[in-house]
Amino acid sequence: MRDDSGAPLSISIEQDEDKLVVTPVGEIDLSTSPQLRQSLQAALVDGDTRVIVDLAEVPYMDSSGVATLVEALQVCRRQHRELVLARLTSRVASIFQISRLDSVFTICDDLSC
Amino acid sequence: MSTPPTIADFTLELDASPDLLCVIRAALDAWCERAGVDAIKADQICLAVDEAIANIIRHAYAGNTGRIRMSCTRKVDGGAPCLLIVLEDDGRQVPLDSIRPRELDDIKPGGLGVHLIRQVMNEARWSHRPEGGTTLTMRVDISQPSRTTQREDAAHAR
Repeated sequence: MRDDSGAPLSISIEQDEDKLVVTPVGEIDLSTSPQLRQSLQAALVDGDTRVIVDLAEVPYMDSSGVATLVEALQVCRRQHRELVLARLTSRVASIFQISRLDSVFTICDDLSC
Repeated sequence: MSTPPTIADFTLELDASPDLLCVIRAALDAWCERAGVDAIKADQICLAVDEAIANIIRHAYAGNTGRIRMSCTRKVDGGAPCLLIVLEDDGRQVPLDSIRPRELDDIKPGGLGVHLIRQVMNEARWSHRPEGGTTLTMRVDISQPSRTTQREDAAHAR
């Protein structure tokens, strides 16, 4: 958390032929996770492409952010689409390990997986 | 034998607002660094305190305004350095037996906060105060590497 805390969250969404890439930038906690939830809900209304959440620029996430991604995973499963978490920072990877969700999500080191 | 760092207690009172979580994490992280806590452990302590405060905001105050008091003390317990972190609120008293981690095999959104607190802290105890509100007392040993670090070290040794 040192040196990069307190950043507001911004979210960009890009759709191409074979994937939807959601890119949040900033910390995800109880204050900002509703924003991510709203963006994911809007992005997942329809479509059938793979969904990649690029977390390279997320230095911190708490359980409210994890819950938001679990909810998105469940939506994707109902739609028979794959949801991939990509480029997790070590702090964010840690919370998925501690909550034993690293085996539930497909987690990749880059965007080409 | 090196002299353990001495540091003043860190106490503050704040509004129960999600907007302040990033402020608390930054301040607590800076205090942990001065208390001699390694960066990975400090990250985990900040996560646990974030989860505890988020639970107070969501469950004790449930969207209403309120205050939270936090105190952090560095102590030596049985020869080992540790942090004692106490959170107090004046909100609704949730039944103590309902404060427990959920089954992790049940994949669903939410309910991870207590699990994360218990994973990071060596001790976490909730109690109702007779005058109202709840006290959460957490103790974390800072002499040992974080559990995640230990797991990563074990993986690297294979």
